[in-house]
Amino acid sequence: MMVALEVTPAWYLVLGALIFSIGAYGLMVRRNPLVMFMCVELMLNAVTLTFVTFSRMLRDTGGQSIVVFVLVVAAAEVVVGLAIIVALLRKRPHATADDVALLEG
Amino acid sequence: MTDVVWLIPALPLAGFLVLLVAGRRLGEPGAGWLATAACGGSFLATLVVYAGLLGEEEHSRSSVTTLFEWMPVGDLQVDVGFLADPLSIAMALFITGVGTLIHLYSIGYMHGDADFPKFFVYLNLFVFSMLLLVLGSNLLVTFVGWEGVGLCSYLLISFWFTDEANASAGKKAFVTNRVGDWGFLLAIFLAFATLGTVDYGELAAGAGELAGVTATAIALLLFLGATGKSAQIPLYIWLPDAMAGPTPVSALIHAATMVTGGVFLMTRVNPILAAGYDWAPDVIAWVGVVTAFVAATIAVAQNDIKKVLAYSTISQLGYMFLAVGVGAYVAAVFHMITHAFFKALLFLGSGSVIHGMGGEQDMRRMGGLRKVMPVTAATFIVGWLAIAGVPPFSGFFSKDEILLYAWGSGGAQGRALWAIGLVTALLTAYYMSRQVFMVFFGEPRWDEPVAASAGAAAADGGEAGDGTAGEAGHAEVRPHESPWQMTVPLVVLAVLSAVGEVINLPFTDDLHFLERWLHPVVGANEAHIDVATGTKWALAVGAAVLALVGILVAAAVYLRRRVRAVEPSVLAHAWYYDEAITRFAGGPGTRFFEAVAWFDAHVVDGAVNGVAALVRTGGRRLRAVQSGFVRSYALGISAGVVVLLGYFIARLYV
Repeated sequence: MMVALEVTPAWYLVLGALIFSIGAYGLMVRRNPLVMFMCVELMLNAVTLTFVTFSRMLRDTGGQSIVVFVLVVAAAEVVVGLAIIVALLRKRPHATADDVALLEG
Repeated sequence: MTDVVWLIPALPLAGFLVLLVAGRRLGEPGAGWLATAACGGSFLATLVVYAGLLGEEEHSRSSVTTLFEWMPVGDLQVDVGFLADPLSIAMALFITGVGTLIHLYSIGYMHGDADFPKFFVYLNLFVFSMLLLVLGSNLLVTFVGWEGVGLCSYLLISFWFTDEANASAGKKAFVTNRVGDWGFLLAIFLAFATLGTVDYGELAAGAGELAGVTATAIALLLFLGATGKSAQIPLYIWLPDAMAGPTPVSALIHAATMVTGGVFLMTRVNPILAAGYDWAPDVIAWVGVVTAFVAATIAVAQNDIKKVLAYSTISQLGYMFLAVGVGAYVAAVFHMITHAFFKALLFLGSGSVIHGMGGEQDMRRMGGLRKVMPVTAATFIVGWLAIAGVPPFSGFFSKDEILLYAWGSGGAQGRALWAIGLVTALLTAYYMSRQVFMVFFGEPRWDEPVAASAGAAAADGGEAGDGTAGEAGHAEVRPHESPWQMTVPLVVLAVLSAVGEVINLPFTDDLHFLERWLHPVVGANEAHIDVATGTKWALAVGAAVLALVGILVAAAVYLRRRVRAVEPSVLAHAWYYDEAITRFAGGPGTRFFEAVAWFDAHVVDGAVNGVAALVRTGGRRLRAVQSGFVRSYALGISAGVVVLLGYFIARLYV
């Protein structure tokens, strides 16, 4: 007999935390700009997932509306970020994030 | 009619602006005539305001015309306004009147000078500033005028600035006056801090509420300013050097008008002086009388024709402060006015002599000039009799009024002040007679070599630095009478010096015109003396006799040569006061200020530079954080998040 596991909001929160941690870890260890960028996206989406979960838990639509905002901003951010990365990789096909360190103090 | 008061300073200002722009084009003598017209117009405007005030009731003879709000800052409300009241209009009358005459005179005196228009630019600016000083309705406007006249004084003393001595004389005047201005400024701050106003009307109304110590402090700080501007001990040293300027400047600025600014100021703030401790006026009286005496002794041994008059001016200003100190404000203003007449006359006369002698200023090289310069000599003699205190000339009456009040102030102190004042009067008669006899009487000495004439004038005062213009030896000096532009002012001033006393004759109360005129301003704090009529006559006759004694002694020494002249070098060197200051400033003074400079460079600058260095070092360390490696930033952010989360969690459970 299968015990039907009840999917509680905590599951979603744990999932969000996991995805966020994967993203953060990837951002710190990978050097490929494109991969790092994807990691940032992971973190962003983990946060939106958490937002939605809390919104559901607290019966407050504020969290959901923030997610809509985040989606819009993320879309714009992806356009700019990808454009920069594409431009960079076109000029130097094998560049890593550590190679572009001109903006230093 | 008093609302045209703004016109009084506006006309010289307009003259100044026009001359500034078009002075060179107007040239000589156009620029001079324009400046004279501006000053004369100002005199007419003053007459209109004067007539307007006369038409008012006595108690309402005071009107403030506000031009605009100057500084509406918090509690500080300062307007640019002009106060037309008996005191300011009395001052403005003789400033513009004598000023116009001196402008006219300057047209003749400055004839042929390369900077002819520039001279009149400065002169009009000076008249404007001086009028601002006396007409200002609050301390700050007066202070602007005060600084303005100081600036003009500097510019005009150094007018012939290519000569090093003239340039440094101007600097000396300016720097010495700064010391006094410091006191003036502190007084303004103090007045604002305690009364919340700098307006004369409100100051007078609020003076009664002032604590004695505050009122004394304000009054004495203002007096410090006055000692600078009016050349009193200890700040008188600049005035004798100020004679380096052209002679009309000496007459206008350093005799008739600017130097009386300090006396005017003390008269203006008489309610504050009255609210202070009793000894505050005594300080003023003693400074005044000691200055009068010391300056008179110095004048006895000077050989430069203008230096004698310079020390004489200091001495006469001392009389005015004596009057202020004993509460005789009317007498102070009276003497100020008559002094403006006769001292301007004497200076202009000496200028005429210098002009006629081709720049010679050493009295030992003059003599017998009355034959070649009759108008100058006649007018100069009137001025001499006026300042020497010979009745019925104006100086006798105004000086006698001051001595009478000194006597009447009572006690041993009153007698002492009176006695010193009387001895000073004797010295005044003596040194002025000496000057007249050396310049206008006796044998002509202008074609003798200097050495011979030095013997004639007895002890060589050692004034090697003086009369530099003349030491070159003018073999071909041909003294001549001056042009009409110069003699007309002399004649007018001579008449005024002779009959100026009619504004305040002492005989009956009906004749006290000036006293009644000034009553609304100074009446409340004017001293009331109780001296019997017989005593008054005795004092007056005594003073007149003493004046005659002075003249006779001088005649015996310098005219008949019965007695050897006594001109000790300590007097010729002005009691070595200048030398003492130089020695002090050069020795301990310099060391002290070097120590201050060291403190400034090392401690003050050290603190400032230390802070800057700290920031720079910190910044250099901090720069390393900004490596440019995106991943290390990410690490930093992550670490920060962990720390923050840790903090919040810890707060949750602790």
